[in-house]
Amino acid sequence: MSRCMGTRFRRLPGLILAVLGLVIMGFGIYRGEMAVVLEKAVNICMECVGIG
Amino acid sequence: MDKEKKGWKRHGVQALWALLTNSYLAGFARGKIYQGKLKNLCVPGLNCYSCPGALGACPIGAVQAVIGSWNFKLAFYAAGFLMFVGALAGRFVCGWLCPFGLIQDLLHKIPFPEKIGTFRGDRLLRKLKYVILIVFVILLPMFLVDVLGQGAPYFCKLICPAGTLEGGIPLVLLNESMRSALGWLYAWKNVLLLITIVLSVMIYRPFCKYICPLGAVYSVFNPISVFRYRVDEKKCTGCGICAKVCGMQVDPAENANHPECIRCGACKKSCPVKAIH
Repeated sequence: MSRCMGTRFRRLPGLILAVLGLVIMGFGIYRGEMAVVLEKAVNICMECVGIG
Repeated sequence: MDKEKKGWKRHGVQALWALLTNSYLAGFARGKIYQGKLKNLCVPGLNCYSCPGALGACPIGAVQAVIGSWNFKLAFYAAGFLMFVGALAGRFVCGWLCPFGLIQDLLHKIPFPEKIGTFRGDRLLRKLKYVILIVFVILLPMFLVDVLGQGAPYFCKLICPAGTLEGGIPLVLLNESMRSALGWLYAWKNVLLLITIVLSVMIYRPFCKYICPLGAVYSVFNPISVFRYRVDEKKCTGCGICAKVCGMQVDPAENANHPECIRCGACKKSCPVKAIH
């Protein structure tokens, strides 16, 4: 029982940060960042390939 | 023999993931890249979105794209994604889901007279990936901007050998118009790729240890991630076998969730008393 509780508490910071990550990600999507990522990703990135 | 089999099992998972996330085979045939909606989504590992087969977006590329855009200067979407993945699994991604990690793993299997484990300055050099993250992924795209306020993805442009290998070389080979546009930058990036390849034969995962900004982000979450290692101190005999087999030179008995641990599982498999969970 106490070991189970210990495991839960040990995992708590990670769980909180994972949820926070989702919230931050959601905020980014809400303000339209996904469109910027999509635009960059669907066109050949000249910098990435070493041309631009 | 059994341990070796399990090592290849991990490579099987890595290869399967690399294939799944780079399965736009038409891109390789036509010398073009996938342009569908899936590219809205980031993949967890370092995977150039200009790889002809790539179905998703590289998270480090995504961070730079948003920071470098004229209208956004903070990358919440990609940063939140990295936080989510990191908080769940830490550098498990490096060990199991990164295509460039797999390439380095395979290169290191090539026999070499004297493989280098650690050397003078190794520990200090490992901090370099944090400097690269801050300078090339965040600060330069944010502040070194053109007249429109747009910053280039400086890590991708000046450093990333994954982009050269996964995107640059295939696209240049398949595309004549791109071949005519080659210059010093392409040469520079190929030199970096060549150095990375040679070093990967001698040193286990040099790019992950010293350069990768994605590994730097995930490493911060290693000690507190939901899924992490635990050493049963009652079982551990302190034999040191786990530290000897670790390619990243981590001593799990001392710190099982060290920022450098990529969770490949070599320590867990090697433990004679099964003390690592």
